[in-house]
Amino acid sequence: MATGVAAWLPFARAAAIGWMPVANCPMPIAPRDNSKKQDELIILNVSGRRFQTWRTTLDRYPDTLLGSSEKDFFYNEETKEYFFDRDPDAFRSILNFYRTGKLHYPRHECISAYDEELTFFGIIPEIIGDCCYEEYKDRKRENLERLQDDQEENKDLKQSNLNFRETMWRAFENPHTSTLALVFYYVTGFFIAVSVITNVVETVPCGSNSNQKDMPCGERYTVAFFCIDTACVMIFTVEYLMRLFAAPSRYRFMRSVMSIIDVVAILPYYIGLVMTNNEDVSGAFVTLRVFRVFRIFKFSRHSQGLRILGYTLKSCASELGFLLFSLTMAIIIFATVMFYAEKGSSSSKFTSIPASFWYTIVTMTTLGYGDMVPKTIAGKIFGSICSLSGVLVIALPVPVIVSNFSRIYHQNQRADKRRAQKKARLTRIRIAKSGSANAFLHSKRNGLLNELLELTGTEEDEQKLMKSTSLLESQHHHLLHCLEKTTAHEFVDEQMYEQNSLETALQAYPSHSPSIACHSSPAVTCCGRSGKRNSPLPNASPSPANPIPAHQSQLQELSALHIQRGNPLTHTSRIPRLRPPLQQPGQHIQA
Amino acid sequence: MGALMVIFSLQTKQRRKPTDSVEDELELSAVRHRPEGLEQLEAQTRFSRKELQILYRGFKNECPSGVVNEETFKDIYAQFFPQGDASTYAHFLFNAFDNDHNGSVSFEDFVMGLSILLRGTVQEKLIWAFNLYDINKDGYITKEEMLDIMKAIYDMMGKCTYPVLKEETPRQHVEVFFQKMDKNKDGVVTIDEFIDCCQNDENIMRSMHLFENVL
Repeated sequence: MATGVAAWLPFARAAAIGWMPVANCPMPIAPRDNSKKQDELIILNVSGRRFQTWRTTLDRYPDTLLGSSEKDFFYNEETKEYFFDRDPDAFRSILNFYRTGKLHYPRHECISAYDEELTFFGIIPEIIGDCCYEEYKDRKRENLERLQDDQEENKDLKQSNLNFRETMWRAFENPHTSTLALVFYYVTGFFIAVSVITNVVETVPCGSNSNQKDMPCGERYTVAFFCIDTACVMIFTVEYLMRLFAAPSRYRFMRSVMSIIDVVAILPYYIGLVMTNNEDVSGAFVTLRVFRVFRIFKFSRHSQGLRILGYTLKSCASELGFLLFSLTMAIIIFATVMFYAEKGSSSSKFTSIPASFWYTIVTMTTLGYGDMVPKTIAGKIFGSICSLSGVLVIALPVPVIVSNFSRIYHQNQRADKRRAQKKARLTRIRIAKSGSANAFLHSKRNGLLNELLELTGTEEDEQKLMKSTSLLESQHHHLLHCLEKTTAHEFVDEQMYEQNSLETALQAYPSHSPSIACHSSPAVTCCGRSGKRNSPLPNASPSPANPIPAHQSQLQELSALHIQRGNPLTHTSRIPRLRPPLQQPGQHIQA
Repeated sequence: MGALMVIFSLQTKQRRKPTDSVEDELELSAVRHRPEGLEQLEAQTRFSRKELQILYRGFKNECPSGVVNEETFKDIYAQFFPQGDASTYAHFLFNAFDNDHNGSVSFEDFVMGLSILLRGTVQEKLIWAFNLYDINKDGYITKEEMLDIMKAIYDMMGKCTYPVLKEETPRQHVEVFFQKMDKNKDGVVTIDEFIDCCQNDENIMRSMHLFENVL
């Protein structure tokens, strides 16, 4: 049953008395309301801001968090209020929903933050009122598109285990993924250009030396042009067949626009090959050559702007259709008028209504060739009205098309910008993460220093060092330390790692390491102090001034689990390095 | 083409006129109604202060302007009976609540009606029911009036009932009612006949007390 109408139920029940005299049989017994609860005020404390409302207001929607017993989880016994650690601004609209029955979407809120709040409080976004629903849906769609773009980027970066076919397809679709793809991309682009230029130059009249009239170059250097054409078509055919092979869904690929353009581009050549110089079909053959110009559309794979234009035209199909329709109407009207206006004048070019179409089109698009001109006064008047209205009719749908194009173009710009920004963002995130890794390493050194000091026994220094890290940090570091012990590897920073890899390449394995000692003596506990006591003395220097050389000698031969963003390729490449250190322990213990 | 544009602009001018009148109407209906003070209502009805507070809060929440018009009334009532069509019965109910017949039910009307229905004596309740059935308020219930009421009640049941509703069911029910109520068989039921008959009927008397603890 709907909501605030619950307040009217007593009224509806009371009005039921109107049925009583009419009824012939006894009525059922009314349910007793045993909970004689007075309506009480509930305090909702949302991040410090207190909202108060009646309990019955919240009870209106029993399938949400606030209306059901789920809110008891948030009840604070001491302050006798319900505490929610959420955004108080967003909570306003949620509480208003209970009060008024209408959920509104505040425009200044971020759409995903608002969605989260709704999910938390168990309210489905579909009940947003009509006044705000469109805005909500638009913003949600925008956000989704943005996220999808980002996800596609991530997918590109992450895939490493593709088979040959999928790699090929990816190479075709995104040329910047590998150098081979890039080369292929440029080669095909070059050949498309060559093919188009050839088609154009073919028709240019080259100078003739022996004949009376100029021959077009195509007929003069037939063989040369034929060779170029063959080469281009061969490249295009190979490209098409490779794409067809690599396509994940061949049927869908064959139906796509680009593949149809490809086919149309190369088909005339093959048809021309099949048909010899048969006089009957040479007319048709010439027509087929026209289709060769469609090769220029293959450029749309190479140019994003072209693709955007095509997409815009497709999405503005209705506006274009309207433009065409209104123009046709206007042309017919004005052509008729002009024909009858000019009928009287002698030697008029307006011989029929279809003949007047040409005049109307030329005038409405403000071309004004001047090959057909009205001579009567009425004709001139209608001609001027025609040109004025032409300007208006053509100008009307154009802004719609322009705004569509602008919107799609900007979306693409945004996608490119985001891609560029993403690299910078990831770099910054990496730096921040390595900062925290360095903190761990730093604290580890301090931890070793601590143990040193324990040995030497200066309490004040020890306490100073302990205080420098908070409890949370120290617990975190303890956790990482346990991980190190578990895997018998240690964390290092990047410089260390570079140096390590260099030195393992040069096969230099100096000195000791406490962790190796730890690893080799399994009797030692996880955070084995006994192992550490052996070696830190010569290596670890109490002064933090040169931690790096001490560190270096400790950790050199270890391959470290470098803290990175889980890049699988680089991860796998480190596995071979694990082997050399394990051979060392025997030596080191002796040393 | 230019002529078409001129014609278009003329048309839009004409269209502006009806919207103006709609705006005027809206202004009239945005009149706020404030009820009489709590003490007066307490005196006039049999509700306690707290009960009046609860009633008013619910009322004002649904109708922020302070009055209910018939459309809102029908909507609210229809939500309780989703299977059928409650609009006709709601119309009769609206008329029964609208004591001063001004087309809207204010909080006073609402609360007076409820006071009778929930806290009134059996006699008062029966008089209220009689007023409900007497559509033209002439003091007599004719068969046609009763048939209208009966049809409205059966409409609220909707289509999916068991046993299946037939066309003549309301009429038959009206016949039964008149047989019971119309003592002198003159084809109409007066208020005295009605009250007498109901007070002698056990079922009806019992059912009158059914909703007493609603609030």
